[in-house]
Amino acid sequence: MKKLKTSNLIVEKKKLAYGIHMFWIENELVANNAKAGQFVIFRIHENGERIPLTIAGVKDGTFRVIVKAVGKSTYELCRFEKGDKIIDIVGPLGQPSEIKNYGNVLVIGGGVGIATIIPIVKELKNHRNRVDVILAARNKDYFVLEEEFKEVDNLYFVTNDGSRGMKGYAHEMMEKLLKKKKYDISWAIGPSLMMKACSEVAKKYDLKIWVSLNAIMVDGTGMCGGCRVRISDELKYTCVDGPEFDGRLVDWESFNTRLIQYKEEEKLALEKYLEKVGEPTWL
Amino acid sequence: MAVKDRIPPIERDPQKRAKDFFEVSLGYDEERAVLEAQRCLQCSIPTCVKGCPVGIDIPGFIKQIAQKNFEEAYKILKDYNSLPAVCGRVCPQEIQCEGACILNKAGKPISIGNLERFAADWASKNNVEDEIQIDKNQNKKIAVIGSGPSGLTTSAELAKKGYTVDLFEVFHTPGGVLVYGIPEFRLPKDIVKKEVSFLEKLGVNIILNIPVGFAIHPQEILENYDAVFIGVGAGTPKFMNIDGTELNGVYSANEFLTRINLMKAYKFPQTDTPIKFAKKVVVIGGGNTAMDAARSALRLGAEVTIVYRRSENEMPARKEEIHHAKEEGVKFLTLTQPVRYIGRNGKLIAIECVKMKLGEPDESGRRKPIPIEGSNFIIETELAIEAIGTQSNKFLLSQFKGLELNKWGYIKADEFGRTSIPKVFAGGDIVTGAATVILAMGAGKKAAYAIDQFLK
Repeated sequence: MKKLKTSNLIVEKKKLAYGIHMFWIENELVANNAKAGQFVIFRIHENGERIPLTIAGVKDGTFRVIVKAVGKSTYELCRFEKGDKIIDIVGPLGQPSEIKNYGNVLVIGGGVGIATIIPIVKELKNHRNRVDVILAARNKDYFVLEEEFKEVDNLYFVTNDGSRGMKGYAHEMMEKLLKKKKYDISWAIGPSLMMKACSEVAKKYDLKIWVSLNAIMVDGTGMCGGCRVRISDELKYTCVDGPEFDGRLVDWESFNTRLIQYKEEEKLALEKYLEKVGEPTWL
Repeated sequence: MAVKDRIPPIERDPQKRAKDFFEVSLGYDEERAVLEAQRCLQCSIPTCVKGCPVGIDIPGFIKQIAQKNFEEAYKILKDYNSLPAVCGRVCPQEIQCEGACILNKAGKPISIGNLERFAADWASKNNVEDEIQIDKNQNKKIAVIGSGPSGLTTSAELAKKGYTVDLFEVFHTPGGVLVYGIPEFRLPKDIVKKEVSFLEKLGVNIILNIPVGFAIHPQEILENYDAVFIGVGAGTPKFMNIDGTELNGVYSANEFLTRINLMKAYKFPQTDTPIKFAKKVVVIGGGNTAMDAARSALRLGAEVTIVYRRSENEMPARKEEIHHAKEEGVKFLTLTQPVRYIGRNGKLIAIECVKMKLGEPDESGRRKPIPIEGSNFIIETELAIEAIGTQSNKFLLSQFKGLELNKWGYIKADEFGRTSIPKVFAGGDIVTGAATVILAMGAGKKAAYAIDQFLK
């Protein structure tokens, strides 16, 4: 087989907003095989944990991830610079998004999910769909990579504080659109509370909605079941059966509870790290 | 001549060892090894060899130990087995070589596993260099998928025959169950590392972090290699799927052990992977995985109970492991089956169980457990670990066009690992379902032989 460049070298890094950083990383195996909706698992150093990150684009043998600093590993990762290497990257993993010509499609990205819907939106456009996009964020400073949504048919902005677009939440804008327009399918990717709220709206309007579940993972290859989730009473593994599921069928209550199962440990790890490195000025 | 009793290995005190992850058994020192080796009758037709899945010349290496030629003993072992320090530790010798030892008729069998381990450890301590003999350059390429015991063995055997071997592993560390499953206190990871480095000396190209099926399509592998060996194991855990399976505090043994062994979560926060701690832990199951999970939980400071639906006689775990677990303080609750997890605010707080009785033998030959109506009771616990078995990774297999599977979803392969696709071979747990390290190695060895025949 052809020798592939999988140096895991960071070839480009950019801070997009406070605590949100973009990395382009050299790994032809991931770049050449990734499809919209898939993810990778990172381990950033010898004592590191394995963390899943969505692939947010590929270009010339490199792939992109957008990292939001939420705990020790992501704080640490955000400190990596161009020229640094990630010791382990495995991927692409997970089932790709089901992309075809549907007709009218609504895609919702919230927070760091704004970046992760980019490959899905691009693929939907490649399949000649009419794509409306809602971008939702805390405030106007978090609309990262906005320029990559140029091709979409209608672009709507929502901020929690009203600093840009509609004041409120993604699902409210969604409902506003659904009241006047018929969509054939939808996607919502972002914080789990947002995905849950959008799924409830979708249910009300009898619209299929794909959500990408950001479950806690270890191996990411179906070996441990740590990322299991109940989908209409069936136990599924997010890493190999997902990460995308019909949001109307997800048992959101247990999913959200499972997401916070290591809350105390995560807090402790971050505190210890900050004790060591001081103020995270790089965020 | 009277048969002397076997020499016991040196073991650490149960109370002390139950608090750390260092190795439980210290094995033999030279004196003990020689004494034990001298018990061997040196049978002219040795039955023990037939009991070994890789057919080690057992009387041969034992004779060398008896004569204090430890280096020679090691070299004999290494001719047959690429991972003697691993096998000496984790093989279920009582049903293999030692089970077949003639001395069983008159007393206790030779402690073959401990002698194998001794020779391997001695060689390591004394920096014995492995002789690398590579037959001839074959100019043919073989892909091995999965670096567990079967993949490691196939790779080593084929590399020795001069083939170019690319070994693909999805994890960041090679070894399969040897690194993520079997705990440090039974199999130190430095030993696995050292034995795996022997493969690199043989020229095996170990490629980590490759999810075959996702990053490389099997078709691409079929086109680029002269033969393929699939040794991906049976790594997908089963859950009983009773009410409350998704509660926080319910783990599969695979997850619990992967966090501890591979990710070193017992050192958290020095390492970044967390693990839940609880004062009381219940482990469900009766196999080696259940014992490993129970003894690991104990080492994190918990009071541990094993819940098993049959009686201790039917437990598939090695007797030695059950014994070690009991010595360390693991409690056993047999003839008991969980029926429901009970939670509060999404966290496990108790398990509802039912008492069982044994009925007629089922298709596995073991007596079938039957629930006793009205015998339900509650065990309070914050952490439950299910060790009830694993199944095959169907995703990868479904991508090999024309690869026949049996009704349990494992690969259909003959004794030599030949599958329904001419150049594809398979062995280990992905053919047999969850079994032992040495059976997987035996399968790897046979498949290597068959691949060599196929390519000639």
